[in-house]
Amino acid sequence: MPPKRTASGPAPPVVATAGSSSTAREAAASSPLVTLQRSYLAHTPARLRLLDAFMAFLVLSGVLQFVYCIAISNFPLNSFIAGFASTVGQFVLCASLRIQANEANAAEFPKNSPERAFGDFLFASVVLHFFVVNFLG
Amino acid sequence: MGLAYRLPLLSTETTANIVSLLRIVIILTIAGSAISSRLFAVIRHESIIHEFDPWFNFRATKVLTSDGYYRFWNWFDPTAWYPLGRAAGGTLYPGLMATSGAIHNFLKAINLPVDIRNICVLLAPGFSGLTAWATYMFTATMKDDAAGLLAAAFIGIAPGYISRSVAGSYDNEAIAIFLLMITFYLWIKALKDGSALWGTVCALFYFYMVAAWGGYVFITNLIPLHVFALLCMGRYSNRAYVAYSSWYAVGTLASMQVPFVGFQPMRSSEHMAALGVFGLLQLVAFAELVRSHIPSRQFKVFLFGFVVTIFGIAFSGLVALTYAGYVAPWTGRFYSLWDTGYAKKHIPIIASVSEHQPPAWPAFFFDLEMLIFLFPAGVYLLFRELRDEHVFVILYAVMASYFAGVMVRLMLTLTPVVCVSAAVAISTLLDTYLDPQEPDSAEEQAEALSAAAIGDAGKIAARGPAASGGKKTKGAAVPPPTQHGAAPTAQQQAANAALGDIQTPDAAPSKVQAFKTGRESRGVYGLDTRALVSVYTLVLLLIFVLHCTFVTSTAYSSPSVVLSSRNPDGSQHIIDDFREAYYWLRQNTKSDAKVMSWWDYGYQISGMADRPTLVDNNTWNNTHIATVGKAMSSPEDKALPILRQHDVDYILIIFGGLLGYSGDDINKFLWMIRISQGIWPDEIKEADFFTANGQFKIDDEASKTMRESLMYKMSYYRFNELYGGRPGMDRVRGTAAATTGPTLDVLDEAFTSSNWIVRIYQVKPEDPLGRDLPSANAFDSGKRRKRPAAGTAATGAGGPKGRKTRRAST
Repeated sequence: MPPKRTASGPAPPVVATAGSSSTAREAAASSPLVTLQRSYLAHTPARLRLLDAFMAFLVLSGVLQFVYCIAISNFPLNSFIAGFASTVGQFVLCASLRIQANEANAAEFPKNSPERAFGDFLFASVVLHFFVVNFLG
Repeated sequence: MGLAYRLPLLSTETTANIVSLLRIVIILTIAGSAISSRLFAVIRHESIIHEFDPWFNFRATKVLTSDGYYRFWNWFDPTAWYPLGRAAGGTLYPGLMATSGAIHNFLKAINLPVDIRNICVLLAPGFSGLTAWATYMFTATMKDDAAGLLAAAFIGIAPGYISRSVAGSYDNEAIAIFLLMITFYLWIKALKDGSALWGTVCALFYFYMVAAWGGYVFITNLIPLHVFALLCMGRYSNRAYVAYSSWYAVGTLASMQVPFVGFQPMRSSEHMAALGVFGLLQLVAFAELVRSHIPSRQFKVFLFGFVVTIFGIAFSGLVALTYAGYVAPWTGRFYSLWDTGYAKKHIPIIASVSEHQPPAWPAFFFDLEMLIFLFPAGVYLLFRELRDEHVFVILYAVMASYFAGVMVRLMLTLTPVVCVSAAVAISTLLDTYLDPQEPDSAEEQAEALSAAAIGDAGKIAARGPAASGGKKTKGAAVPPPTQHGAAPTAQQQAANAALGDIQTPDAAPSKVQAFKTGRESRGVYGLDTRALVSVYTLVLLLIFVLHCTFVTSTAYSSPSVVLSSRNPDGSQHIIDDFREAYYWLRQNTKSDAKVMSWWDYGYQISGMADRPTLVDNNTWNNTHIATVGKAMSSPEDKALPILRQHDVDYILIIFGGLLGYSGDDINKFLWMIRISQGIWPDEIKEADFFTANGQFKIDDEASKTMRESLMYKMSYYRFNELYGGRPGMDRVRGTAAATTGPTLDVLDEAFTSSNWIVRIYQVKPEDPLGRDLPSANAFDSGKRRKRPAAGTAATGAGGPKGRKTRRAST
């Protein structure tokens, strides 16, 4: 989606433009996944990695619940949905926070500072969990 | 640059203050007129609940306020659907009742005890004021404050919305349109800011909307459609991800808290678009993240290897689940919007409702007047300057137009978007013609060109209105801060489109060339054109107000419970047969007497007469309705067992033949036949009720089945007596009734209202001597029983004859 980049603000971040010469040639040799891993480790700040770890945990928790539901029983369906929706919801809220707190996206969110983004995250999570607890039954 | 007229020179602060003061005053005035134009029915008649559905809502609200919220939540109503009962708490949308219950409690808490009936009656006008405000907010984000105020004024009085929200119309739509607009506004705000906070607030109002109206499905499909369109247009942004994800995650879980909705968001096809777009958005966001990390050639490999595969798997998985039955297909009510012939063929009960028919063209003009032809112009203007939120309005306009074209009732969801885009059209027009700036002459253009050398077109455009000091021009002259229109061509067009008075740096130097390329300074010259167009627009607006008031006053402000007509001297004549009959039932029958009627009157009977009914307007059990239809369309001997099985004590029918009230049961009779024919095709046949020529008649030519049906007999029983034994004149069908009126063996006439609109019959008890009712009736009327030569069959033969003698004696 090229128009989006030009429209939404200044230079797209990291490798694609900045480190084009050496890393790109290297990368062309290896598989995309290896490049991705290297670039991720090289360019992601610590707090974003922390968020990523939390999101990975949420994915794991969601997968476990889903496997339990498929393999054993979905008997209290509302409990399963509440638990699963809480991991999914928390995951996307984290992802939203990650997007807003990522400095590469700062131009796209002129109104939202990272602090404000965190406040939004807290509010949305509290509301989400209120409904989760209510739905657990 | 010349000015067509002078504007008062005020400081920026003063202007801002005056503008905000004016804004508040205008919004308050609009809310005031929205409320007051809905009060015709209350002022002319009385503060009473109208129509049919609102009676149930009213009764449920009374349960809520008298028994408390927990009792209401678990309310089981044993008086509805008589043998079955209805778990009302779990089969209604509680938003409306909860709202008026909360208002009731609040007023009580501040020592202002208001009867719950008055709160219910006046809830819709109150919320219409809020709708006007929400529409203002929504439109202001689309264009500017001026358009917002116009849109608020339009929706305040547009008859398309008034028809569902007059005082006394205590229906779900009363609050739903406000919730629709506020949800849309919050969605646009969340999308523009990319804020999880507004996404969550939007989800909360979405929850309220789900609790209030079944039309929430419209929102559930429109917002994903908007996001999907943005994706397809290559306008994915992280803001869209944040807004949509937070809305969907919180909103879906919240919507499942409403018992009537339950697990539907997981399981029904109507909600799958939202889920699909949610999944797609996750993939796209992930792909964006990956793209920032790896070079583009590899990214292509990644995109096809990973994203496309997952999307394909997910989509085919959804299709497979739908076919396997884990995801429910579209329900008939929604499916009939796509396949418009479906309901008539398969679900006559949906097709039988008059507001489920497609509207004719005049309905659009009647309900929206000039807005309907400004509507496409507004959509076009939004197209020209295509921002993310404009895509939303365009999609909304297209979808709502289609649905309103299929079903009269959905005119209601069309009205807001018509008001919004008509307001955009009118305010663009006024911006152009009220703007005092004259276009440049040739010499001035040269100056402008030199100025353009210093700054680009955008800067000039921004400075233009500041120099003129006119607040009004701002909307037109400043090219809006486009997110994606940063390309120079787009800005040129915006600047040109705004007024044509500001030349872009690359404006052609020669006049001929300028003319060729279409950049000749275009615009409005002189006061006369301005005045002409502005005054004409003003006249249009004034006529709109007149039209709206006229339509509201004549067409939409009659409480169907009370019929009114005019006497020759102009005084009002009130026909109050419905309440007369319902109160007779209430006061003269046992409190557990079961009343059978066609389903239209179920809610009113339980609301006003307070008696158990067999079927009501909540048509959840088609077979039960068909049973009632079968009893109504069978001859007496076949109907009696059905009546006995269901413990029916009274039968209530509506008969308009004497007064010319066309919505009576004989006119609905064909639907009763069709619905019961769907269940018992062997016993009830529609063709039997027509004459040999295929006509539906009630006079002497009426078919035998017709004349023996219970409905016919009940409607025309004793009708000829009113005309001294001659055939009575049926003023609805426009024909004379049959020369010999029907006789009734198994029913007694219990009550007939003063204009014969409501007739109530009592089912006779079993004969104490064990005879069947026709022969007992024949014996009572003095007819001697025939020789028992033919055995028991003789009683049947004696019946009709006996009846005939009795008729002669009366």
